[in-house]
Amino acid sequence: MLNFTLRRVAVAICVAFTVAVFSFFLLHLSGDLATAIAGPESTAEQIEQIRVQFGLDQPLTTQFVAWLWKAVHFDFGRSFYFQDQVTTLIGGRLGVTMTLGGLSLAFALLIAIPLGVLAAIKRDTWVDRLALTISVFGQAMPSFWFALTLILIFAVDLRWLPVSGTGTWKHFVMPVIALGTYAMPAIMRLTRNGMLDVLSSDYIRTARAKGLRTGTVMFKHALRNAVIPVVGLAAVQLGFMLGGSIVIETIFSLHGLGHLAWEAISRNDYPVVQAVVLLLSVVYIFVTLVADLLNAALDPRMRSN
Amino acid sequence: MLKTSLNCAVLAATLAFSPVALANKANDTLIYVSDSDLENVSPYHNNMREGVILLHHVWDTLVLRDIKTGKYVPLLATSWKWVDPTTLEFALRKDVKFHNGDPFTADDVVFTVNYVLSPAAKVVTKQNVDWMAGAEKIDDYTVRIKLKEPFPAAMEYLAAAVPMYPKKYFEKVGLEGFAKAPIGTGPYKVVSVTSGQGVKMVKNPDYMKDSPKGQPKIGKLEFKVIPDGESRVAELMTGGVDWIWRVPADQAESLKAMPDISVLSSETMRVAFLIFEMQSDDPAIKPFKDERVRKAISMSIDRQAMVDNLVRGGSRVMNAACFIDQTMCVQNTVVKYTYDPAKAKALLKEAGYPNGFDTEMYAYRERDYAEAMIGYLQAVGIKAKLNFLKYPAMRGELHAGKSPITMNTWGSYSVNDASAFTGNYFKGSPDDRSRDPEVIAWLKEADSTVDEAKREALYGKALKRISEKAYVFPLFSYSANYAFTKDLNFTAQPDELPRFYAASWK
Repeated sequence: MLNFTLRRVAVAICVAFTVAVFSFFLLHLSGDLATAIAGPESTAEQIEQIRVQFGLDQPLTTQFVAWLWKAVHFDFGRSFYFQDQVTTLIGGRLGVTMTLGGLSLAFALLIAIPLGVLAAIKRDTWVDRLALTISVFGQAMPSFWFALTLILIFAVDLRWLPVSGTGTWKHFVMPVIALGTYAMPAIMRLTRNGMLDVLSSDYIRTARAKGLRTGTVMFKHALRNAVIPVVGLAAVQLGFMLGGSIVIETIFSLHGLGHLAWEAISRNDYPVVQAVVLLLSVVYIFVTLVADLLNAALDPRMRSN
Repeated sequence: MLKTSLNCAVLAATLAFSPVALANKANDTLIYVSDSDLENVSPYHNNMREGVILLHHVWDTLVLRDIKTGKYVPLLATSWKWVDPTTLEFALRKDVKFHNGDPFTADDVVFTVNYVLSPAAKVVTKQNVDWMAGAEKIDDYTVRIKLKEPFPAAMEYLAAAVPMYPKKYFEKVGLEGFAKAPIGTGPYKVVSVTSGQGVKMVKNPDYMKDSPKGQPKIGKLEFKVIPDGESRVAELMTGGVDWIWRVPADQAESLKAMPDISVLSSETMRVAFLIFEMQSDDPAIKPFKDERVRKAISMSIDRQAMVDNLVRGGSRVMNAACFIDQTMCVQNTVVKYTYDPAKAKALLKEAGYPNGFDTEMYAYRERDYAEAMIGYLQAVGIKAKLNFLKYPAMRGELHAGKSPITMNTWGSYSVNDASAFTGNYFKGSPDDRSRDPEVIAWLKEADSTVDEAKREALYGKALKRISEKAYVFPLFSYSANYAFTKDLNFTAQPDELPRFYAASWK
């Protein structure tokens, strides 16, 4: 297990490094940074001054090493647009995004796994069809439409929940439902299929033949094996939710990382873009790593290769 | 055990379904909302309307233009006189304090003027300040502002766009510190600035008595950013916020039917216009260097129909490249293009484009207006692809000569003089894509002469040339639709500057 863990961690670090290299060079190829920093009203002289001041006249590799050195010390420089340090900007928004992503995933898992198990047990009955219908709706509904419908019902008509902001836990209810619903169908389908596979396997028949209670068979023997692929998928979904919640963040005015990234991209704010890309990829890699290790803990066969 | 969890569930349900606290009148807090955040709350360091609103609430200018009479009245200055055509002397009020308690004196005026003129300050809209040469102190409460050359609109700019900064505090904290915790002399004090989210303010209890702005009546003011239009409306309907603007005409109609909401529509100084690229050597720009093509485009768009069906409210078609009611926005000399697609097609054919051509249009607001115009252009054979960007990004493309047609808008900083419009687009700045040397010369001459008649004649000439050559295509003035809670007394002004310091609860 130790060997496996070390190998996995090494791979993860390599991936993070590759992402850092790619994002750095892609951004530097997309336009002249000195002009972007100096702003539209600046003279050629000022641009040249900034080029020297920010070290942009150095070869790209030198710049990259300098940036990486600072980055591993958590110094991402200053935002060109907002009058602030990048770390401060990100720090202020990370909490919102993490809360939203974590809660949404929890919501999705809480609905999807029981529903998936139920659909597998009651295969081909109305329960299964209902679960299928819910998952099709969840997948097909555009998230902005679903979010606006939620606002219309729960904020405008019933006045139970606030529309936008992050002041209290109530502010997170609708965004979590809207984002979680989007992740739910895939988890539900995978749980159902996993359960169906496992339920038809020999050891479950043996377990039943032993006279174990249905509940014990289902949850102790079947579900434990059926959720293994779900762990991996959930990790991917969490990564997706952290980076891909821009629409939800915009509608509910949650000033999170996705929104920051979008603003930074549209304003050529390179230091912010670079830091957000690196951060999200590191989170993504970390989550995948944890999922791998969890899988390995759940299923010893995975440790061998 | 079961009982405990039941209790918990009931408690959770009660919490979840208890109504959210509304009633901002009860809290004496007015929350106003816009779609865009400010890059920097310092008024000299952003060029957004949201920044102009803050300017007049947190800061004061030397003089104020009375919206009813159009005359300049004392604000931070008590009186002023022209010593000579390039020297303006102000006597200052002696009882004014900045929000941190520091007294306001001539030193602050001198510091502000000299700071904003320094290249290091990097003022975003240079035309607001670059007519000044500097300032000097005569005594603690007398100050002289020197002009580079005679400038007839000086008072207008001083009233609209030159707020006074605190020397001592600014020198201590620098621009970065000032952007996070700004102070001024105005009717509201900033409590907190949260980047991307907004600004919280409280009433300034020590605001100068007998200010022409009046005393602020509402205790707390909050500027909030909500990027999504539907969410803004939903927030207003649920009482989460009190005031929104830039409500699309169709939504304004349906909001009118709501019992708790007032809707107000009024024309603003903001003018929409198309800028044609003429400076770049890119082959994609070639058609626009031919004035027949620019004229053809000017005849292919039915502005009146857009005003009647899309913009609505108090909007009017514009012909001169300025807002029609600004002084010096001379109308009688300009060419008025009427909607005539057949003639437009003929002109395109004459210019060598019988089947039209493919091009691109850049826009940053009102996607529907841009799409309507793309439809009109399609009808005469010009196939334009829409690039919808944020304003700073779009402006970058414009300056780089990459945008063949730019749908731009300009609110003139609420300055009621045509120079605030033409100065930015026809005097050779990066925003000027025609760079006609004669137009530049006429406007320069006009803006340095105090002889009204001569100035008017020069503006007439410049605006005539701009329209004859179709350097830009003026579209229409905007109509601002405001929607706010019925509890609020609020009146709108054509300068697109909501004055919350004059608003009150019913």
